[in-house]
Amino acid sequence: MSAILTVEGVNKNFSGLKALDDVNLSVEKGSVHAIIGPNGAGKSTFLNCLVGRLIPDTGTVLYYGKKPEGETLFGLPPHAINQKGISRVFQTPEVFEDLSIFENAMIPVMAHHDGSYKFNSWGGVVSRGEIVDNAEQILEDVGLIEKRNVHSGSLSRGDKRRLELAMCLAQDPELLLLDEPTAGMARADTNNTIDLLKKIGEERNITKVIIEHDMHVVFSLATRVSVLARGHVIAEGAPEEMKGDPRVQEAYLGGAHL
Amino acid sequence: MQMKDNILVAIFAAVILTMPIWAGAVGAGYPDLLQKFAIFGLFAIGFNILFGFTGYLSFGHAAFLGVGSYTAMWSFKLLSMNALPAVILATLLSGIFAAAIGFVALRRSGIYFSILTLAFAQMCYNLAYSVLTPVTMGETGLTLAADDPRIFGGAGVEAGGALPSPDFFGLSLSGYNGFYFAAIILVIGFYISVRLYRSSFGLMLLAVKSNQNRMNYTGLNTKPYLLSAFVISGMYAGLAGALMVVIDPLAGAERMQWTASGEVVLMTILGGVGTLLGPFIGAVTIKYFENIFSAFNDAVLNQIFDFLPDFIQVIWVPFASLFVGKGWHLTLGVLFMLVVIFLPGGAMEGFRLLKEKLFKKNEDAAETAKAGGTE
Repeated sequence: MSAILTVEGVNKNFSGLKALDDVNLSVEKGSVHAIIGPNGAGKSTFLNCLVGRLIPDTGTVLYYGKKPEGETLFGLPPHAINQKGISRVFQTPEVFEDLSIFENAMIPVMAHHDGSYKFNSWGGVVSRGEIVDNAEQILEDVGLIEKRNVHSGSLSRGDKRRLELAMCLAQDPELLLLDEPTAGMARADTNNTIDLLKKIGEERNITKVIIEHDMHVVFSLATRVSVLARGHVIAEGAPEEMKGDPRVQEAYLGGAHL
Repeated sequence: MQMKDNILVAIFAAVILTMPIWAGAVGAGYPDLLQKFAIFGLFAIGFNILFGFTGYLSFGHAAFLGVGSYTAMWSFKLLSMNALPAVILATLLSGIFAAAIGFVALRRSGIYFSILTLAFAQMCYNLAYSVLTPVTMGETGLTLAADDPRIFGGAGVEAGGALPSPDFFGLSLSGYNGFYFAAIILVIGFYISVRLYRSSFGLMLLAVKSNQNRMNYTGLNTKPYLLSAFVISGMYAGLAGALMVVIDPLAGAERMQWTASGEVVLMTILGGVGTLLGPFIGAVTIKYFENIFSAFNDAVLNQIFDFLPDFIQVIWVPFASLFVGKGWHLTLGVLFMLVVIFLPGGAMEGFRLLKEKLFKKNEDAAETAKAGGTE
């Protein structure tokens, strides 16, 4: 297995506060890599460094997407990073709340088809046969096709997450970043989201990096877990190993048994 | 969907082009006012492509109105009195201006974008009064002159010493002809805006308004989309400016003042931001009330309120006169406040609510009838 993302010696300071301290990590292609850790461990900073939103003080992050040689993403605008095959799911689902579910699905399909800008100002949206089919297909995949004409702003959080995931998948990404995908969700919605992510994992070979608080989610999905505490990676391994690791319990769970 | 849109445009065209016939019934049956409806309607429809679709509020669209007017004037002075080249050149040049201003102003969003566009428009306004006087004739305004070259014919003055007036391949554009010329362009402009709204490009503009962050993380670059919308709406404004001088060949810098930019914002909000018909309805409403209210004076008011007892009339008429004549903007202000507070979606939202209410009533009535029948 080869890596899709390698992180070497990354340091990041925020006016004296060491948010990331010499972080080394490698995400394997096709894996579901969970990054866990207590509040303030540097998880969000780390995710932002992964996609070039934050530029580390020292160290490198190389992305092996569609090209065999690694490339750095630092300083690229988000749309350029996305065009390289990295999609992102936000802590609060980010969808086009003023538009219908169908329109929400159309936008990423068009973006995948037309690139970052196309002045296609004459033909109606609904007359684009193949693109409409693709958009309907992804809505079918996540079970939102019946609600296609509903405004996405009126959806429940779980359904918004579903839609957001569908939009990410529409672009056929290499790497999917999930920032606390079940944060603030009811139990049923959380389980639905887990099932959906599992289903996606079975159908498509997309590498996923998950930042998560909820251990239930982590142990249901992850194939590999890294534990971040005070800016360090203190442990890494398969989920079962991590469950029993005393260092992890010490740092993450404050010594309580899992 | 497309069928429905075509019907909408057809009805719109029919209503606009028959205006000279029915507008007399509401006291608007003269060409001067109808021309204003068409021109400001076009201006507002174009403005809505930026403000309504993308949510970017420009406070500088009067600058493009001015650029359009001056360009068309120079086309009349240098090329010929035909309105067609004047209109085309004005649209193109204001598009170029919009591209330059938009390129800078779109580096910011929200209130900063609005302020930048306002600053650019005021710059254009002040330049027209100062260093650009050779082009704009400053305070006197740019007018036709007896010694204009007009290289494609029509140089000099007409028989009898009168200055020539704009035409369309020989057809004079004064009076109702001028209105029909503007109205046809308005209908075309409306059709283009409907097509734009339903297109992939239009959906992207709505997406920009809805969530720029998701847009970026969907691999879409928002800047070129915004710039395209800015240029298109600037071209509409330039076209409207050109139509102003086609109907009355005189271009003055006051056309570019910020109040003109503000007026188109009011029109759009009054009619309904982001709706297809709303901006036009807003423009007509404002121009119609401007015409009616500004014609009132104290004598007319005294006549109207003659039925009141004298001591009330003495107090009431001076008070009411604040709201009419030159003070009609006070009425506009009150109207605007009422709309923003009670109907944030503008006139179009009002229509929608009315429709819902009517239909609901019918449904309720049907239900009660049914319930009554089963009992």
